[in-house]
Amino acid sequence: MNSNVLISVSLVYVAFLFLVAFGADKWARAGRGAWLRSPIVYTLSLSIYCTAWTFYGAVGYAARSGLEFVTIYLGPTLVMVGWWWILRKLVRIGRAQRITSVADLISSRYGKSNLLGVIVTTLAVVGTTPYIALQLQSVTLSLAVFSAEDSGTGLVTSDAPATALWVAAGLAVFTVMFGTRNLDVNERHHGVVTAIAVEAVVKLVALLAVGIFVVWGLSGGAANVARMIDASPIAEWQLDGGRWAALTFLSAAAFLTLPRMFQVLVVENVDENQLATASWAFPLYLFLMSLFVVPIAVVGLARLPEGSNPDLFVLTLPLAEGHNGLAMLAFLGGFSSATSMVIVAAIALSTMVSNHIVMPLWLSFRQGGASVSGDVRNIVLIARRVSIGVVLAFGYLYYRFSGGGEALAAIGLISFVGIVQVLPAMLGGLFWRGATRVGAAAGLIAGFAIWAYALFLPSFGTALFAPEMMATGPWGIGWLRPQAFFGIEGMAPVVHALVWSLVINSALFFTFSLVSFPTPLERLQGAQFVNVFEHSKARRGWASGVAEAEDLLIMAQRIMGGAQAQALFRAQAAAQGKSGYLPDTTPEFLERLERELSGSVGAATAHAMVGQIAGGAAVSVKDLMAVADETQQMLEYSSQLEAKSEELSRTARQLQEANEKLTQLSIQKDAFLSQISHELRTPMTSIRAFSEILRDGAVDGPAQHHYASIIEDEAIRLTRLLDDLLDLAVLEAGQVTLNVQSATLGAVLDRAVAAARSATDGRPLDIRRDRAREDVTLETDTDRLSQVFINIIANARKYCDAAKPRLTIWVSKQESGLVIDFIDNGAGIPADAEAMIFEKFSRLTDQQKAGGAGLGLAISREIMNKLGGTIAYLPGQGGAAFRVTLPLAAG
Amino acid sequence: MVGPREPIFLGRETYRRRRLIDAMRLVPMAGALLFLLPLLGSGTAPRSTALGGFYLFVVWFGLIFFAFVLVRALARAPGGVGSDPLEPETGATAEDDKTGGGPAPGPR
Repeated sequence: MNSNVLISVSLVYVAFLFLVAFGADKWARAGRGAWLRSPIVYTLSLSIYCTAWTFYGAVGYAARSGLEFVTIYLGPTLVMVGWWWILRKLVRIGRAQRITSVADLISSRYGKSNLLGVIVTTLAVVGTTPYIALQLQSVTLSLAVFSAEDSGTGLVTSDAPATALWVAAGLAVFTVMFGTRNLDVNERHHGVVTAIAVEAVVKLVALLAVGIFVVWGLSGGAANVARMIDASPIAEWQLDGGRWAALTFLSAAAFLTLPRMFQVLVVENVDENQLATASWAFPLYLFLMSLFVVPIAVVGLARLPEGSNPDLFVLTLPLAEGHNGLAMLAFLGGFSSATSMVIVAAIALSTMVSNHIVMPLWLSFRQGGASVSGDVRNIVLIARRVSIGVVLAFGYLYYRFSGGGEALAAIGLISFVGIVQVLPAMLGGLFWRGATRVGAAAGLIAGFAIWAYALFLPSFGTALFAPEMMATGPWGIGWLRPQAFFGIEGMAPVVHALVWSLVINSALFFTFSLVSFPTPLERLQGAQFVNVFEHSKARRGWASGVAEAEDLLIMAQRIMGGAQAQALFRAQAAAQGKSGYLPDTTPEFLERLERELSGSVGAATAHAMVGQIAGGAAVSVKDLMAVADETQQMLEYSSQLEAKSEELSRTARQLQEANEKLTQLSIQKDAFLSQISHELRTPMTSIRAFSEILRDGAVDGPAQHHYASIIEDEAIRLTRLLDDLLDLAVLEAGQVTLNVQSATLGAVLDRAVAAARSATDGRPLDIRRDRAREDVTLETDTDRLSQVFINIIANARKYCDAAKPRLTIWVSKQESGLVIDFIDNGAGIPADAEAMIFEKFSRLTDQQKAGGAGLGLAISREIMNKLGGTIAYLPGQGGAAFRVTLPLAAG
Repeated sequence: MVGPREPIFLGRETYRRRRLIDAMRLVPMAGALLFLLPLLGSGTAPRSTALGGFYLFVVWFGLIFFAFVLVRALARAPGGVGSDPLEPETGATAEDDKTGGGPAPGPR
């Protein structure tokens, strides 16, 4: 076949794809593209899972390993039919949070962490670059098949690297044109998706056509093919249980985590209707894609010469049979598979690179902020375009330097294992609120490192890892052998790396999540993700009315484009009941705007941009927490103040009490002065009167004696009063010297009772004592002590108002010392007077009693102080009760 | 929109829907089990690759068929195919999208 025809057909096909993409974009912008969002287009766009590696490679895989190739399709089938488990949630979160890529998902879930965004982006770039190289290789290989057939006069040369370069450059142009046409609100690319849907149809039709040709055109029907299968070398394949299960799991996990799959599955998704249809339609697509793989392999092995590359049977079988048209169709199918994968992968990677690496760097260099610096929209677009170029250049360089061949063919599964490291952080983030940023980072880094060490780097052959190192481990450490960790041998390298990397990844993810504490934003996002069905609306907490609506509009125009931003602002203003373009910057509006922007530049960047405009006054959750902390501190401070004011008012109360006491004392003193002057004057008056009578001599003998004795009595009373006053003054001045003697308490009490009874005034008093208890020897001033006792007993005699006065003297030993209680059966002392009775000059009654100047208890208290003891009034004993306490050391 | 037309069957419909969702959740588990079933007999006498392939493709197609039937049944619900009667506010995002889609001149 003339390769010029091939080139022409290819160019026409490419031009057709350009037209389709262009038309779809135009229709979408004109608002007439409802069918572009149909579930069928969505399902077909998922077909980028079937790359050239599967289009050509599945047959080669089947030729080498029998039915094992099917595991690569079984995993995605299970994920799709199980959409209710994971995909429904993933898609809902993707829409609610305006997720733009896998890296954005992880970064957004773990508190909009840019670190995680960078890690996942790096992982994705490293894992995808070889895969892009693989696609370039498949295109050049398939072209080479035709050029080998060709006589050599055509345009196609055998210069494979040049072909690869042309393909890469062409793909870059296409991707830049349709992948970065605009920063769509949700990163949806209708042109690209539609072109990919067309390519999906082409590759399915091509593979089915070749399959039908092989089964019914070459082999005479299905029954014959079944016989041929069992007769062919393929029938000798052995089912390896470990590989079978591991590869099924691997393909299922990769289906969720591959950047390009995430792009079409989540980012380009419009509603759950699409997903529901794709849940059966995409497995059906995969089913049809793999239906004829084994027959093609079997027939290829039987018909084509020994040593033919089974990876190219899809192409070489029709060629060998002379069906050039069919071969052309197969070529276009393979070409479609390769290009659609590369285009979507480049879009997904460039989104990640620009949102998580370029934009954060640019923002940090431009401290002025998004509102004052240049056109953000242009910066983002340029970053995307450059990233696409860089990604494709990486792919091309990888292809050049790996040299193609077998090493590259194995890269498919290796790439899968690399990107699957995202799985624990992804699923943990979706279903477990306890997952933290630290855990995710630890798991990702460890998984990435193990993958690189155990699978990726060894795939470069002996150039990096010497054979002896692979056999005995680094520096002879056996348990670190890259393909036999801990000495466990026998696993296939892919299975070995998959198991160890994911086990250690998950273990670190869980361990570090358990021991670390998430930031407030992380916890908020965690709740938003895990409970997405309970509250789909994002809450981020901007302070209201701080960001200027105009600044926000300027920034939004730069990112979303003028018309869209204005429409958004106008609609929001209208929703708030305002006319014009500037809505109030309510938290709801800021939240909505941030989400819209995050559809273009990623959650973390959008948050930072709105934050820059909202300025320091914008309240993030962190700020809120800080405010809460401050409030807590203020609460503590005010409670301290409260305690202090409590103390102050307590002191004030004490002062008031003291003041009252002083006032009372002053009143009493005045009262006493008048009392004492009365007391002094009364005897003085009698003395003066009777002495005048005596001086006049007008009285007889007995009367004279009587008057003289009255004068003497009054003089004695005066003397006693003056003695008391003097005694008290001496005691208070501390000039008294104690005359310490030894006596029993009983003896002292006997003396006091006798002395008190001898007094003429007062009523008879019944005194009850327990003499056995009184047998305590005292070492003290017994005269002074008995003075105290006399005073108390005399008081009881004087003031006890009971019909039959009775005084109980009760002695006990307590911790405070020797306690002597004097309890009478009278009315006692009123509570308001208790504080006063020990004061000088205090007297409770106006009753005038001989010698009762109100000094007795005051003197008693001074004496007890001197003796080291106390005297106190004991309330609540049914009468007046005094407690005298003596230190036990003295007793 | 069921409306007041047959309120008495509302509880019953919710119940049916929950069971459909349960069935939906079971499909991948059954699939995983059936796909891994051949492992149980591995290592014994060699089996026909054609027969093994036939078994796999039959199971595969069965899964697709069941998923198709269940999705068709789920799609009849008023809340849409992805709604779960146990989840509050299932319409929240749909509503969210509507308000967001309004101002943008182009479709999403």
